[in-house]
Amino acid sequence: MITAAVQEREHYLNASYGIKSWLLTKDHKRIGLLYLATITLFFFLGGAFATLIRVEPLTPQGGLVSSETYNKLFTMHGVAMIFFFLIPSIPATLGNFFLPMMIGARDLAFPRINLLSWYLLVVGGLFALFAMLAGGVDTGWTFYTPYSTTYSNSWVIATALGIFVAGFSSILTGLNFIVTIHRMRAPGMTWFRLPLFVWSMYGTSLIQVLGTPVLAVTIVLLFCERVFQIGIFNPALGGDPVLFQHLFWFYSHPAVYIMILPAMGVISELVSTFSRKPVFGYKFVAFSSMAIAVLGFLVWGHHLFVSTQSVYAGMVFSFLSYFVAIPSAIKVFNWTATLYKGSISYATPMLYAFGFIGLFTIGGLTGLFVASLGIDVHVTDTYFVVAHFHYIMVGGTIMAYLGGVHYWWPKMTGRMYPEIWARLSALIIFLGFNLTFFPQFILGYMGMPRRYHVYPPEFQVLHVLSTAGASVLAVGYAMPMVYFIWSLRYGKLAPANPWGATGLEWKTASPPPLQNFDETPVMTHEAYDYSTVIEEVIEVG
Amino acid sequence: MASEAHHAETLALREQFDTEEQQKDASTLGMWIFLITEIMFFGGLFLAYTVYRSWYPQIFAVASSSLNVYIGAANTVVLLCSSLTMVLAVRAAQLGRQKSIVWFLILTLILGGVFLGVKAYEWNEKFVEHHIPGPSFHFEGIANQGPAQLFFSLYFAMTGLHALHMVIGAGLLITLIFQARKGRFSASYMTPVDVVGLYWHFVDIIWIFLFPLLYLIDRHLGR
Repeated sequence: MITAAVQEREHYLNASYGIKSWLLTKDHKRIGLLYLATITLFFFLGGAFATLIRVEPLTPQGGLVSSETYNKLFTMHGVAMIFFFLIPSIPATLGNFFLPMMIGARDLAFPRINLLSWYLLVVGGLFALFAMLAGGVDTGWTFYTPYSTTYSNSWVIATALGIFVAGFSSILTGLNFIVTIHRMRAPGMTWFRLPLFVWSMYGTSLIQVLGTPVLAVTIVLLFCERVFQIGIFNPALGGDPVLFQHLFWFYSHPAVYIMILPAMGVISELVSTFSRKPVFGYKFVAFSSMAIAVLGFLVWGHHLFVSTQSVYAGMVFSFLSYFVAIPSAIKVFNWTATLYKGSISYATPMLYAFGFIGLFTIGGLTGLFVASLGIDVHVTDTYFVVAHFHYIMVGGTIMAYLGGVHYWWPKMTGRMYPEIWARLSALIIFLGFNLTFFPQFILGYMGMPRRYHVYPPEFQVLHVLSTAGASVLAVGYAMPMVYFIWSLRYGKLAPANPWGATGLEWKTASPPPLQNFDETPVMTHEAYDYSTVIEEVIEVG
Repeated sequence: MASEAHHAETLALREQFDTEEQQKDASTLGMWIFLITEIMFFGGLFLAYTVYRSWYPQIFAVASSSLNVYIGAANTVVLLCSSLTMVLAVRAAQLGRQKSIVWFLILTLILGGVFLGVKAYEWNEKFVEHHIPGPSFHFEGIANQGPAQLFFSLYFAMTGLHALHMVIGAGLLITLIFQARKGRFSASYMTPVDVVGLYWHFVDIIWIFLFPLLYLIDRHLGR
């Protein structure tokens, strides 16, 4: 029995106790868990708004809530999910916890800045929560001018300030990660021995650092225009509301890659671990992350195809948007090639990874539809677009996020979750997701506009199907919440390397000691070299 | 390196680092990346400026001519001098000259204060002249008030955010002065002076772009 020994050992969770030891911690692992708790809260808040958004269109007359309330519901759903869940999701929780461990470091380069960035997210979140409780905001998460600056009679400023503050959380996290990857790698950990998750975090951090400040200054201008009536974007003064859209999407399109790139990094880890093979074409996968980060900055104009942007600019942006398909496809093909002749295990994280690959492929291919000028004019602001980006953000990012949380849960907590329940929840989420969003592709193609709660009766069947799917999805999301909490107390104790994975994070105890490693590790082999883990697994098993 | 997993923490060598050099490199890189984010932050304003100036070149030139070039130029000189004293403070820290560090930092702070004072005087003039954007804005001599107001909106947004950065810089300088008086910095540990220096020069460079863009537009139109 190793149980007694494991419980006695000092690790980051039992090294100190009390609320202060958490709220003033500089340990990247504890900060990762603080983020996990915070964003889970916002996930379920955003989910509650989503529930109301989906319950309303059960009938075509729109009887449940007023149009004004419906506007507020989809706005607050977007704000909560995008700025306070999806953007911090994988980087701030899994990245925070595992990036230093994967490169063999004791912590991030700037632990105090790391804690500060969590507080910034909380403060920003409180602003947004205040706005929601005080009466909500109805501009859509995009805050288009002049509606947001002149006409909207809702809590635009409080929400915008919340996003502004949370943005600095994102900037500081990205900065911290870049410096850490450059300066904190363990001996022998060369750039091309980095796990692919670290490469994807590097690409993500570049976007966070280069994109988010533009959103920040855009919000400053929005603030000045609404409060002081100065009119930078006001057409009455000769200003240009479309300039706001350019500035907004210069951040918010790359922000899509802030959400999906870390997910791709997680999938690289999962696919390799559960097929026991090195990722096929390591360098291509690594550089495709960088390519996505760079190309992501050159495609924002595809959000403005119908916003008076010149047709010539539209053609260029359309062409560049197609380009993003190349690195994305490289990743999908290389994951698939990794599976070939692999020793595949259908553990829960792998089920999520399979879900990701399928759903991301659908989301990515429909992205090509909306990137082409002709089709986009037809489907702009319809449910087709809604379905497309939910396939990327929910079917992609959230599947990968949950897969990652399952994969690393034993390392974070030292406990195993119940495998059967976890597999069941993965299946329910996959089915529920498709039932929710596939009908929306058809709805959108048939002309159902997004953000409407009153619609022609012939759309009702598809709306009801979608809402039914959303309830299945809700059950699927509630299940991990329950069994994860259950496992904290009753789960089996986790060995150091339950999956036989290769990363440095598996070479230390579960949960890790305060300084991550008892001795600074030395990397002596390439990433994903499974010949190095065989003995350890036997040892543990 | 590999064996020193745990060591006693000092200012020059925090827990997470292996060597003092690694820590210094990390801090400097962190500040450079922060400055890149600042470039992107001001970049949004420069973009808005570029768009509107290319739309309304004449009105921007006329509006710009109401700014006092001589005051602006003098203030530019003041700011450049503050960068010089900041460099000298960094140099003094490298050489470990305790008293010089304090004095050069104080000089930098004073020059920064002079700049902000002059800026406040200029803003006050705008109040008197009704050149503050908003409902009571009025610019004499032109029919199309809107674009003139856009110019002053950008003028206040740009110089205002620049001044905010100066105020933050002044706060950092005051902190450094107190630390330097306690003899915190030496030839082997002067990273805070170094990175605040980088920040201060960056804020200077922003002004070097703002001055011609806001004050000197009408010069080449032959006015």
